[in-house]
Amino acid sequence: MAAKSTTAERQRASVEPGSLVLLCIGAWLVPGAGHLWLGRRQKGIVFLLALPLMFLTGLWLDGRIFPFELSEPLVALAAASNVGIGVPWFVARMLDAGGGLVTAASYEYGNCFMIVAGLLNSLVILDAFDVAMGRK
Amino acid sequence: MTDHFLLLALFAFFVSLVFSVLMRDDPRSQMHLGLRMFGGFLAAGLVLGWLMYPLPL
Repeated sequence: MAAKSTTAERQRASVEPGSLVLLCIGAWLVPGAGHLWLGRRQKGIVFLLALPLMFLTGLWLDGRIFPFELSEPLVALAAASNVGIGVPWFVARMLDAGGGLVTAASYEYGNCFMIVAGLLNSLVILDAFDVAMGRK
Repeated sequence: MTDHFLLLALFAFFVSLVFSVLMRDDPRSQMHLGLRMFGGFLAAGLVLGWLMYPLPL
């Protein structure tokens, strides 16, 4: 079992505020980039492969990338979750993918995959933030 | 692809993989937690599926 770090060691692990913002933006744009930046290669590579693959699976299952419609709060929340995945969302939008096929049997599964991929990446960003702050 | 159980298993795989890597640091504990979560997802899906079976949907 690895020994727990002391408070002094944790403080040394923290980064500058400017770098912290860049780290979080990088971690949002490229899933796992924050962990790779902080030297946690194994975690970073798993996130880098698993999260975009989960998002792509959602697209393959005829899921929909939701638009930001503030008049429909649930749709807006789904859109915010979709954006959480970062670059794959931008690429999908540029390629006009994610139109969604409501009649497909896997439509709701696809939505679920894409929404959860974005939400999981949000958790990954928070984890990278905690590591950078020396809390973990 | 319309096999609901396969899609459930695929979803469970991704979620348990990310959560286990996020929550544990050494590969052995990650594997242990990931397998437990994956099994829990599958078992919960099957149990809830059978519980909903009599409902008129």
